[in-house]
Amino acid sequence: MGGGEPLIWLQGLRKTYNAGLPNEEEVLHGIDLSIQPGEFTALIGPSGSGKSTLLNNIGLLEAASAGSYHLSGRDVTGFNDDERTYARHAVLGFIFQFHHLLPAFTALENVMMPGLIGQRRGAGIDGGRRPATDLRARATTLLDAVGLSKAYDKKPQELSGGMQQRVAIARALVQEPQLVLADEPTGNLDTATSDSIFALLRRFNREFGTALLIVTHDPRLAERCDRIVELVDGRIASDRANVVSQS
Amino acid sequence: MTALGFELTVALRFLREGRMQTALTVGGAGIGVAVIFFITAVLAGVQADLISRVTGAQPHIVVKPPEETVAPLIAGGVGLPRIFSLQARPQRLTTIDGWQSLLQTVEQTPGVRAVAPVASGSALGIKGDASRSVLLLGTELERYLRVVRLDDKISAGVLQLGPGDALIGIELAKDLGAVLGDRFRVQSAQGVSEVFRIRALLDLGSRELNRRYVYTDLRSAQSLLGIPGRVTNLDVSVLEMMKAEEVADRLRTQSGQLIEDWIQTNTFIFSAINNQNIMTTLIKVFISIVVVLGIASVLVVSVVQKRKEIGILRAVGATRQQMLRVFLWQGIMVGVAGALLGSVLGYLLIVVFSHVLRDAEGQALFSLVYDVQLIGIVVLAAAALGLLSAALPARNAARLDPAQAIRG
Ligand SMILES: Nc1ncnc2c1ncn2[C@@H]1O[C@H](COP(=O)(O)OP(=O)(O)OP(=O)(O)O)[C@@H](O)[C@H]1O
Ligand SMILES: [Mg+2]
Repeated sequence: MGGGEPLIWLQGLRKTYNAGLPNEEEVLHGIDLSIQPGEFTALIGPSGSGKSTLLNNIGLLEAASAGSYHLSGRDVTGFNDDERTYARHAVLGFIFQFHHLLPAFTALENVMMPGLIGQRRGAGIDGGRRPATDLRARATTLLDAVGLSKAYDKKPQELSGGMQQRVAIARALVQEPQLVLADEPTGNLDTATSDSIFALLRRFNREFGTALLIVTHDPRLAERCDRIVELVDGRIASDRANVVSQS
Repeated sequence: MTALGFELTVALRFLREGRMQTALTVGGAGIGVAVIFFITAVLAGVQADLISRVTGAQPHIVVKPPEETVAPLIAGGVGLPRIFSLQARPQRLTTIDGWQSLLQTVEQTPGVRAVAPVASGSALGIKGDASRSVLLLGTELERYLRVVRLDDKISAGVLQLGPGDALIGIELAKDLGAVLGDRFRVQSAQGVSEVFRIRALLDLGSRELNRRYVYTDLRSAQSLLGIPGRVTNLDVSVLEMMKAEEVADRLRTQSGQLIEDWIQTNTFIFSAINNQNIMTTLIKVFISIVVVLGIASVLVVSVVQKRKEIGILRAVGATRQQMLRVFLWQGIMVGVAGALLGSVLGYLLIVVFSHVLRDAEGQALFSLVYDVQLIGIVVLAAAALGLLSAALPARNAARLDPAQAIRG
């Protein structure tokens, strides 16, 4: 990859929780990191090292305490909650460890949800909105692509863990984001299911050029990424390119 | 799913998901609304009954010539409501100058429903050997019926007041030994007399009135009382009874005549009704507060239960404002559903109790007037209360930190 404008560019990013309180704690101690469009990166590190915190900061779910953050060439460091929400909606997708689907909605509705959220909103940072029919088509295409063409109308509770995670992947991709953040997406799945989920992420990365940043504890899966960033105690301990044997 | 938009879709789905919780809050709100409906209907019925009983054949407002100073007499014992003057009037009746134009002025005064010219004075009713002192009241029937409802006071006969026709109280008929269709003679203090045919027997709501009232056409009364072309008073009805005092004040400043309103002459009943209204308003306010607290507490719990879902929605791009509206909608929908349920329950309560609650004469105490406009108002009010209930929970939902919510 290289060259071009980085999709994510962090400089000296710090995150402090409970600032000003007796239990104040700095979790990220100055992170410098950039990610190029289309990169397939693993984020590894011991428990409590700050992986989820870093992911949440990149995902604009929370704001950094210090340092700067450029997303797609735009400085988003000082963004307020609404601006962060709009930017998140336009550029980013999320996959969490525990699927985090909405139990009251069907698989298809869960996938459509990000589109529905943006439907009646002013243009904002999102830019143009897309028509509802287009949204449904994109959602069904994605559910078909993750192998759930028969599960459109199933509620999450009726699906296995692996199937739920496939729905979550489809939902993360429905707005055609530039970067998908996945926090232990295979964390509570068995090996075979993990492998298939991982293969799916890889496929979308290759097909759509979507960049992925995947937190994982599984060294086997990390070795299948193009780049491995290791976080220890809130600092980047290593950052190396990884040559993947084509599978 | 896409037609309703994000907020309404999610709000509906959250409510549906919380089945039991939703059913209980809607039920609670519904019972509150039903009770409010019921109290309103019963009270309106009871008060209308009370007022018509006490003021029955009395106009809301009487316009009299200014010189007249006949004090109203207290009919019955202590604590009983006052009735308009029934006392024998002085020989020379005072009359209203230029009553035709005054009638028009009064008619056009805001709050006035109808006006009727009246020539009244005391006289004797005579049939055979029997003679009784009566109050002769001559008027134009068509106008008078819009001031005082005589149509629901007919005991026998039909309302008809051509020359030579009379409508009299049922007790008076008994005292004179007369029946419907009989003729009897009226002799005035001025010595004039005329024969009338009894066209209807009236039950005017009190024995005193039933023994004394004789209605005739205006012209006959005028000639009997020796005041041709003149009237002794104008009888007025207002649009809102409880506001008769305001209208009376308006007439007072406008006409320069002596104005008596029913509230003046029935202070006791007016204040009783007023106090009743204050009490029931208080009760309604408290019921509303309980309903608001009920909806609010369930929604507060719901926000806590839905913490993770709120976090997910925020993560996939919902703004704080959107989350706020998701919960405001829930409050509105619970309120409206409660109001609709309450309207049905309230209607049933009214149906059931209209058979149980009866007045002294066994008549239903309130009528089954089910006001569609009232339902509209209640539904709107309930939507507003629902919105109010949801304010705090919705704020909690909007303030939730998505990163925290998703972590666990
Ligand atoms: N909201 C918070 N308030 C205070 N401290 C927090 C908060 N969130 C995380 N932390 C702390 O920050 C540190 C890093 O947490 P984080 O969840 O980022 O680690 P992680 O690398 O994702 O760990 P794991 O592999 O167990 O998921 C931990 O010590 C945690 O206790
Ligand atoms: Mg973590």
